[in-house]
Amino acid sequence: MDFQVVVLAGGTSKELVPLVSKEVPKALLPVANRPVLSYVVELLEQSNLKDIIVVVEGEEAALLVGGWISGAYVDRLHVEVAAVPEDVGTADALRAIAHHLTANDILVVSGDLICDIPPGAVAAAHRRHDAAVTAMLCSAPVSGQPDSGSSGAKDKARKPGRFNTIGLDSTKQFLLHITAGTEVEKDIRVQKSILCAAGQMEIRADLMDAHLYAFNRAVLQEVLDQKQTFQSIKLDVLPYLVRTQLSSELLFSGVRAEDHGNDTTTQNDKVMLSQLLSNTSMPSFYEFYASGSNGSTPLPRKTHKCCAYIASKGKYCARVNSIQSFCDINRDGHDPLARTHPFIEMSSICQVIGDASYLSGYSFSTHNNIIHPSAALGSKTTVGPQCMLGEGSQMGDKCSVKRSVIGRHCRIGSNVKVVNSVVMNHVTVGDGCSIQGSVLCSNVQLQDRVVLKDCQVGAGFVVTTGSEYKGDILARKEKQ
Amino acid sequence: MDSRRTSRVIDPKIRKVGFFTVGPAPDRTQSGPAAASSPPASNNSLSPVMIPPPRHASDNLSRAVAAQLGRRFLPPAADHVTVGSYNPPDSILGSSPVSTRIGDGEFSEDSANWIRRTGSGKLGSSLPSGGFDLSAAKADLMARKGLGVSRDEKDGEVQLQSSSKSVKEKPTKAERRALQEAQRAAKAAAKGSNADGTKPVAVSGEATSLHEQMGKTVKHPTPKKEGPLATSSEKKGGDRLTEKDRKKDVPPPRMQFDDKSRVEKAKRRAVVKQTEARNRVELFRHLPQYERGNQLPDLESKFFQLDPMHPAVYKVGLRYIAGDIVGGNARCISMLQAFQEAIKDCTTPPEKAFARDLTAKINAFVSFLIECRPLSISMGNAIRFLKARIAKLSLSLSESEAKASLGSDIDRFINEKIILADKVIVGHAVTKIREGDVLLTYGSSALVEMILLHAHENGKKFRVVVVDSRPKLEGQALLRRLVGKGLTCTYTHINAVSYIMHEVTRVLLGAASVLSNGTVYSRVGTACVAMVAHAFHVPVLVIQMPYLSYDVTPSDYVSMIITDYGMVTPAAGNRSPLR
Repeated sequence: MDFQVVVLAGGTSKELVPLVSKEVPKALLPVANRPVLSYVVELLEQSNLKDIIVVVEGEEAALLVGGWISGAYVDRLHVEVAAVPEDVGTADALRAIAHHLTANDILVVSGDLICDIPPGAVAAAHRRHDAAVTAMLCSAPVSGQPDSGSSGAKDKARKPGRFNTIGLDSTKQFLLHITAGTEVEKDIRVQKSILCAAGQMEIRADLMDAHLYAFNRAVLQEVLDQKQTFQSIKLDVLPYLVRTQLSSELLFSGVRAEDHGNDTTTQNDKVMLSQLLSNTSMPSFYEFYASGSNGSTPLPRKTHKCCAYIASKGKYCARVNSIQSFCDINRDGHDPLARTHPFIEMSSICQVIGDASYLSGYSFSTHNNIIHPSAALGSKTTVGPQCMLGEGSQMGDKCSVKRSVIGRHCRIGSNVKVVNSVVMNHVTVGDGCSIQGSVLCSNVQLQDRVVLKDCQVGAGFVVTTGSEYKGDILARKEKQ
Repeated sequence: MDSRRTSRVIDPKIRKVGFFTVGPAPDRTQSGPAAASSPPASNNSLSPVMIPPPRHASDNLSRAVAAQLGRRFLPPAADHVTVGSYNPPDSILGSSPVSTRIGDGEFSEDSANWIRRTGSGKLGSSLPSGGFDLSAAKADLMARKGLGVSRDEKDGEVQLQSSSKSVKEKPTKAERRALQEAQRAAKAAAKGSNADGTKPVAVSGEATSLHEQMGKTVKHPTPKKEGPLATSSEKKGGDRLTEKDRKKDVPPPRMQFDDKSRVEKAKRRAVVKQTEARNRVELFRHLPQYERGNQLPDLESKFFQLDPMHPAVYKVGLRYIAGDIVGGNARCISMLQAFQEAIKDCTTPPEKAFARDLTAKINAFVSFLIECRPLSISMGNAIRFLKARIAKLSLSLSESEAKASLGSDIDRFINEKIILADKVIVGHAVTKIREGDVLLTYGSSALVEMILLHAHENGKKFRVVVVDSRPKLEGQALLRRLVGKGLTCTYTHINAVSYIMHEVTRVLLGAASVLSNGTVYSRVGTACVAMVAHAFHVPVLVIQMPYLSYDVTPSDYVSMIITDYGMVTPAAGNRSPLR
């Protein structure tokens, strides 16, 4: 179908420290005991897209990701892992691999997307309109955790998160306006010309840019070449394309395709042909605009189309980093959401288990939870619904696990409470611990009677006996 | 242009229904002789006017031959066999041979007016799923219609069949196959109905007609290429050719959706998943009845799964479904352009012949497009043209040369058949617009629009009434464009057509095609407009253009048809275009 897929897998995102580290780049962060990237890759695989370019920040991370991919998909997929320098924007990342792009259209997917919307639908909408860019929009997740009683008053006070302000035309097919989440508090500036041409605009705040874009390759490369300052797709390239859609400076437009017409056809015939084609079909506002109000404009104005594909409500779509793409260099560090992102991240992990279990490929037991057969439970230990217990994990007596994910080969002592938390692989938890709303990375050791609330514990950290933490980030000092 | 191509036109396969009057209409500005009601004879003359004529003409011819062969049972107006429903024996109305006559402006929607015309009920056994898979009632009807015998004479039929068989020595392969097919169809038909008596009739009907076709091809010096049958009888041992011809017959005639096994088969093949409508209308069982609106998401989600589909073709199909491209001409052009692109990009594996591989590919594309939306008549013709060109590619051409020649062929087709034809039509029609006219048009026909604009540019003063209908209200776009060009317009919906009609001096309608008996095949609602116009004694001009069609307007309501060959009155039996 003449599409190429680029997965932007990020590197070691600063925002997700301490969950990610040099050893665990973001792409390999386990979500429901599977790397984040696997969700995207398998979504693409389902759509019969087997040639994938994965762009990873940092050489080491690229090696890790490449190693994992070749292990997991070697026989099925043809995945190319490209490394770009760390801390470059998404646009820069695309610039770096531009020479690999040859197909007519490019599908750009963020590596932290977990959804079940077929990418083909976006591609089809893109093709149907001959668009310059098509963005997938999904309904924004309900902010915070719906039942996060334990996650603190800070969360409760937070207003529902707005991710994007999006203007759509009356058919809901074209994107007239888009601002990223960080800009929503300011006034909305809408271009008059676009508003005039479209007649009406629907402003939506309940939609989220899902970071799945279809670009016309020529357009994308032209924009990347011309605007060297553009660093982020979401913050620079997409708004630029939307802004200039009616005053396109791009060389690309549909015109080129028609130029190869036979010389014997006279100009008159061509006009008639285009008239026949256009008059019988339902014109979008682009055509109205391009031909002037009543076709009087001598030269058709150049436009390019920016489409939106709005995922239906029933589809599941979440991003693990729900603030912004990790490598958007323009991200706003003052974002009120930034501090609390691990909770969001965690909630999305839990949601994946709860809402979209079929995505993770596990089947639920009768108790609505997933316990690996090799996991061993002590007596009087209960594992609540929407929980997950990985392979080879052991739990002592009288433990209770609620709304949590426990990874592989964990050893958990007796009398431990795990609520609303994520425990990754090879974690050792001593007796009498209480873990609430926290994330324990791989190889963490909790000694006896540790109380953690709303903490994130970096990989390999050891929490000493009897310590209590609340809302802290516990991580080993990076050895430089 | 070779005669073969022109003769191979899709049969619109109407199993349709309209309103009609017997005999000439009381008031018509340019009405023809009353002979209009007995077309079999008049249709013998091949008129250049009809777009789909040759097939019908030859069908009629075969019938005429049947008459000549001494079938004394041929009723005087064999062409108009009136049926009440699809199941004539069960229907009281159907059994009544008298149809309601329409008085002044009053038309009844009585089911007794339902008419089946010869041109529509296809008799030829050339098309694979042609008329065979119909219900027994239909087969019976065909037998009656084609041969002019009633069911009671089935014994005579069978006899005749056997005798004609004995006369014929060794039938060719194709004949045998056709015969087999006929028998199979008859069996299926008999299974569908519990009336035992129908079976032999059906068989005999098919078989006899078949043999008569044979006889006819021998008798008439002019070769009628209307399918594998005729061709193969001309060329002995032309099995290979037959096969090819049969393939070229794609698109097949519309599937009869009351045939369960065929529907199942089609469903298994289908790319686009359709949800069947929950409450299907019994009367229209033979037509597809699907829920609307869910094909697009389904097709969209399969975007990457359809590997062999060329992106351009896929895009066109997508836009058909989405309704981005509507109108026969636009669809035809975009289809051809997509094919052009696909041909340019296609690569033939070294072990395959280019032409054959390409034909297979085009077939796949076409069946995909049909699933997206049934083809319009013009598209069928275009496909046929393209396939003929592919088949005629000389083997000495290299692949790139062949591609180039096909590309220019397609360009030429678009130019000659669509653009040039449109220009000529516009030129003709503009002469029919007089100063001070009030022209009514229905829906949005690109050609009518061009005519109106052209007349306006010529400085004629006239007013336009745009009649529109739900659900898409295409007329609004037309209205916007016309008003933008400075025409005086009135806009109304079809339910007000009788109210507005008294102001109107002329009705301009677009048409998909015109059948050999002058019946106009066009978008739904056209018949209604034409009848109201007729009631108000307003002349109806039909701009003949390959549009997608739904409705059948009997010729009685049409005053004049304007085609790229000239202007004709449909009632005149289409004998002479008024140049």
